[in-house]
Amino acid sequence: MQNENLVQISFFNQLMLVHPRKKQNERSEASVQVSEYFVNAEGTGDKVNLSDLLGTVEKTSGASNKTKKQLRNLQSSKETLELPLNKQQTEKIQRGIAYEKTTAEVSCWKNIILQNQKAEQMVFPLNQESSGPKRVEQVVAGWKVQTPLEQEIFRLLHGSRQPVNDPVLTPVEEQSLKAMSLEEAKIRRAELQKARALQSYYEAKAKREKKIKSKKYHKVQNKAKRKDFLKQFDEMVKTNPEGALEELKKMELSRMEERMSLKHQNSGKWAKSKAIMAKYDDSARKAMQEQLQMNKDLTQKMVVPSDDEHESIEEGLETVPDFVNDPETVIDPVNPWMRGQLTHEEPEVSCVTAEEVQTAEEENEEEEIIGEFERKRKLRQADEEDLIPTEEERKKTQEEDEDEEEDVSEFNTLFRLMRSEKTREGSNQTRGGLNTAGEEDEEGLLSEGQIRVRSIEDLEVLDEVVEPRAIEEPSAPQTAAAEATSEPPHKKKREINLKEVLTKEAKAVRLPFLPTVVDEEERDEQISIIKEAFAGDDVISDFIKDKSRQEAAGRPAVVDLTLPGWGEWGGVGLKPPRWKRKRFRIKTAPPPPRQDQKLPDVIISEKRTASVASHQVSQLPFPFQNTAQFESSIRTPIGSTWNTQTVVKNMTKPKVVTKLGAIIEPMVKEDFIKSKTTAAGGKGAAIMLGENRRAKEGTKRTKILALTELPTA
Amino acid sequence: MAAVTPEVLTSTHVEKMKKKKLPKRYWEETEKTDQSQRRPEEEQGKAGQNQNKSTVKEKSLKRKNGESLEKKDPFPGEAPIPQKQLQKFQRGKKCKVPAGARERLKEAIAISEAMSEHAQKQAARYDLLLPEDAGFLEGDEDEDTNTISQADIADAVDITSGSKYFNLHLSQFGPYRLDYSRTGRNLLVGGKKGHVACIDWQTKDLKCEMNVMETVNDVNSLCTLRSASRWLHTEAMFAVAQKRWLYIYDSKGVELHCVKKFNDVLRMQFLPYHFLLATASATGFLQYLDVSIGKEVAAICTKMGRLDVMAQNPHNAVIHLGHPNGTVSLWSPNQKESLVKMLCHRGAVRSLAVDKTGTYMVTSGLDRKLKVYDIRAFKPLHSCFLPAGASCLSLSQRGLLSAATGEIVQVYQNVLGSNPVSKPYMAHRLRGQIWGLAYCPFEDVLGIGHGEGFTSMIVPGAGEPNFDALDTNPYRSHKQRQEWEVKALLEKVQPELIGLDPGQLSKVDQASFEQRHKEQIEALGFDPLAKDKFKPRTKKKGRSSAGAIEKRKRKVAHEDQRDEIRQSVQERTEREKELKEKSNEKKLGNKSTLDRFRK
Repeated sequence: MQNENLVQISFFNQLMLVHPRKKQNERSEASVQVSEYFVNAEGTGDKVNLSDLLGTVEKTSGASNKTKKQLRNLQSSKETLELPLNKQQTEKIQRGIAYEKTTAEVSCWKNIILQNQKAEQMVFPLNQESSGPKRVEQVVAGWKVQTPLEQEIFRLLHGSRQPVNDPVLTPVEEQSLKAMSLEEAKIRRAELQKARALQSYYEAKAKREKKIKSKKYHKVQNKAKRKDFLKQFDEMVKTNPEGALEELKKMELSRMEERMSLKHQNSGKWAKSKAIMAKYDDSARKAMQEQLQMNKDLTQKMVVPSDDEHESIEEGLETVPDFVNDPETVIDPVNPWMRGQLTHEEPEVSCVTAEEVQTAEEENEEEEIIGEFERKRKLRQADEEDLIPTEEERKKTQEEDEDEEEDVSEFNTLFRLMRSEKTREGSNQTRGGLNTAGEEDEEGLLSEGQIRVRSIEDLEVLDEVVEPRAIEEPSAPQTAAAEATSEPPHKKKREINLKEVLTKEAKAVRLPFLPTVVDEEERDEQISIIKEAFAGDDVISDFIKDKSRQEAAGRPAVVDLTLPGWGEWGGVGLKPPRWKRKRFRIKTAPPPPRQDQKLPDVIISEKRTASVASHQVSQLPFPFQNTAQFESSIRTPIGSTWNTQTVVKNMTKPKVVTKLGAIIEPMVKEDFIKSKTTAAGGKGAAIMLGENRRAKEGTKRTKILALTELPTA
Repeated sequence: MAAVTPEVLTSTHVEKMKKKKLPKRYWEETEKTDQSQRRPEEEQGKAGQNQNKSTVKEKSLKRKNGESLEKKDPFPGEAPIPQKQLQKFQRGKKCKVPAGARERLKEAIAISEAMSEHAQKQAARYDLLLPEDAGFLEGDEDEDTNTISQADIADAVDITSGSKYFNLHLSQFGPYRLDYSRTGRNLLVGGKKGHVACIDWQTKDLKCEMNVMETVNDVNSLCTLRSASRWLHTEAMFAVAQKRWLYIYDSKGVELHCVKKFNDVLRMQFLPYHFLLATASATGFLQYLDVSIGKEVAAICTKMGRLDVMAQNPHNAVIHLGHPNGTVSLWSPNQKESLVKMLCHRGAVRSLAVDKTGTYMVTSGLDRKLKVYDIRAFKPLHSCFLPAGASCLSLSQRGLLSAATGEIVQVYQNVLGSNPVSKPYMAHRLRGQIWGLAYCPFEDVLGIGHGEGFTSMIVPGAGEPNFDALDTNPYRSHKQRQEWEVKALLEKVQPELIGLDPGQLSKVDQASFEQRHKEQIEALGFDPLAKDKFKPRTKKKGRSSAGAIEKRKRKVAHEDQRDEIRQSVQERTEREKELKEKSNEKKLGNKSTLDRFRK
């Protein structure tokens, strides 16, 4: 046998030599006989038996007794292992289990969903908390000490008499706080509105003026502006040196530009043409001269600010505002705006005479008002800023002194500005000193009730107010005249003279009392008379005929299907036989009894009104079982004609209310579970001090959307 | 120790929330004893539930006992509403929840019931805002109120009320018909010979006056004049039925429209909530004009001859017409035939009036009878005989009936009821024949148009003392009027909803599908569910010749019918088969086929 094998293999090798491309890998299977030439496949069919292993286990000392025992048990047992279930079945079982789990998980939503379905109104987003800070009382209301640690803490707190609810605001306080803020907001809004309006007016005005093409106009305008500017600058030098410096810089810049450019050098096209004409034309000459003058003016060097001004600047940089040293005269203790000198200008405005109003204010009234608002706002801001830092400053060191200085200097400049304006406005009130402050205040107090006069129109109005009597007297004839005119135009034709009618007394009529009502029994004669009168038309019989006709029309007609001549003789005057009539005349069911069946003198139409039907409900809506239920459920009208306002609102409130702009997030499991637990625990919400519960717990969100993806086993 | 501290804490927090201090009352002291007795009992009841809480409460109580007891309202809860008031606002019957009802049904019923009850209660509470009472006239002992003259009344009452009795002597263009505006401020008078005047009768301010230069039938504030005129929904317009056509004027007498579709109008009625002007013409036509859009809504040929007696039922906006053959017919714009026809008099019907609630109708005829009908049941309640017969009838808001008998106006009280009248409440004699009678809304005034002009008569207790300011406000300003007009137009009731039962809309339509389908076909003019007729496709190469088409048509012809027949035949054969089998079984009994070999 081995020889045979050998022969085979040698043959095989030869074959391999013939086809050397394929390379034979050496096989390394375990076999009893190992030969270097061939693979012995003798033991391949044999299985490794447990008994084989056991023998070696018994021999090896390393194996534990336990495993030995188990192996022995295995050997002795004759039961076969159960087949594992096939794939379909295992999957089915798994699905079943998964279904049960998910139903359990999802069914906890059932209640809340039902509840929301039933709810009269849903407000989204859910769990809205009132904005703004809460009172500690509110926060602590539902608090219960639960853990021993908490108990310990509270005991300690209580023992040390720590004020637990000290910083609590009373509701009144809270309200007042809110009210303040609201008021302020309103005022501010109103101011803003006004400012905006004025600005728009101003812009419109500027636009209009800009559009004007007249060169002369612009020239005049520019001149006036320049003059004005110079005047202002002079004042500014005194009052606001910094600003003046800036202005100066600007001027310098413009001078530089002028020197650089050829604008007014009489070298342009226009200037050359004018130069030709200058010989003959006086005006051309003048124009050229003007140009040159302009150039001169512009290129002139500005006067260097003197030492005094430097001083004034230094004064301006004082650390403390001037008026701080003034004795504060409290005018109105309640109103903060009445405190300090800053507010003095207001009463002054009211005192300005009409002429001044005309001249000074007409032009830059709007600017002033806008400026005023801005100033006020700045002041308020400054106030607020001041308030906050004062507290902080106590704690902090002197590092911030510089900043403070800046602040104060700002304040100073502002104050200066106000002052300057004051002087400009009220030229008659140059005193402005500290001594007269009291007087001014008095004036202010007095003039507070007066009407502010700002324009001529206002003045006119004032006049009217002053002299109402004078107008009233002539009013009577006027109204009379108006009456005369209000009468209709075709006066000639008029038949009714109302005045005559009304002034005349109506004649009193004495009533002779006949027996106006006669009993039914006494009327027999009358009946006979009437019968005579209406002998021709028998009303009653007519009516009866009419009624019978109507009834007949209402009855369903008999359907006659008899065909004459079938199965019998045909011809004129022959009636179909009885059997035929019985069989082929179809009677339909009689209609329900007429409404007027028992009313002999009434015909009620039995026609259905189809017009209303299109507006009626034709099918009974869902939860109702019969029409009576549904009809009674809608019997109460909703409209405000029949109901009080509250009821109408209640009845027509929307099913879902959403907050504008708020994100409506899907419901989270914790939301309702929490609410449930708290509802069980007692009233009031459990407190979560400053923490977002969702964020803290960090649990995954199970959304209602998951409902759609239920596995169905 | 651990148990004590939380209690104290809760007390500090919870107490503040719970107990608001009530303002002191004068009865506080008397209540004290009561409180102290009752409190502990309550406490015990709660004790079982929450021991902590109860102890806290007791503690607080003790403290309170020491200082002052908690006060309690002696009239706790809402103020009770009298049953009578509640009944006034009852709307329909309550629906009981059936025994085996589903949960959803129970809830639906419960919610709707709760809502309607709430509405009813609130309405009853607000009834308190209708404080005014109607006036009345009372004579001395043995003095009939009908003998009291108008002059005496005018003298007795205050000046403003007294000024409401006045006469306008207009003998030239009489006799006059009249109409008051819905608010009762303005009066429209139309003389037969063309004189139309519009007056604010309280201030006696003449708004406009003109002569239309032809006979006036009726006036309507939107009213008419060949012998008639009407105020329309506002004071801004009125309608005048002139000799040939219907004219609409504005309050200054400017002619706005001449409606030539409406010819020979004799009487007009304005339905304020539908913005419909109903006109009855000499040619027997009843026409409806929608004033808000200026369209004719319906024109019905009544076939009853000249229509010169007309009234409206304010309850359901049905028009009542009186006819020369003694019948009164009821009409809605939705039906070409009369809704109801009732034989009221043996002679012609002279006048008609329907009361505000739509319950009673009063008629008078040439047979000189005055009849009161219950028009819910169409049954006569009582009738009486007036020797002169009543040419004009009018019912006031409070149910006073005025009847014009010749030159005398009689006012009857308590006519609307089962007991017959015996004597008039008031009477007033005038100069000329009476042509028009109208009560002024919200005023105790009866306006009488007659041959010699117009008389305004004081009738105490005629007008409704409480007005609905959102509906008809006699004192409304210009702005309010504008606002009302917009609202009224928005709430305009469509003419389709006019019918005998105004609550028809809130009922379920129980007509069958076939009936509805038939109605739909009638309304549309075609059958929306009908199948399209077979149209053979055009084919080329000579296959669309007339003969071919006809052939193809025949293939498809009567397909439906054939189907039906086929089905019925199949059914029949099946049935027969079954019958046969059954009969066979019966015949054979339990015999098998092999039984025949038996002996």
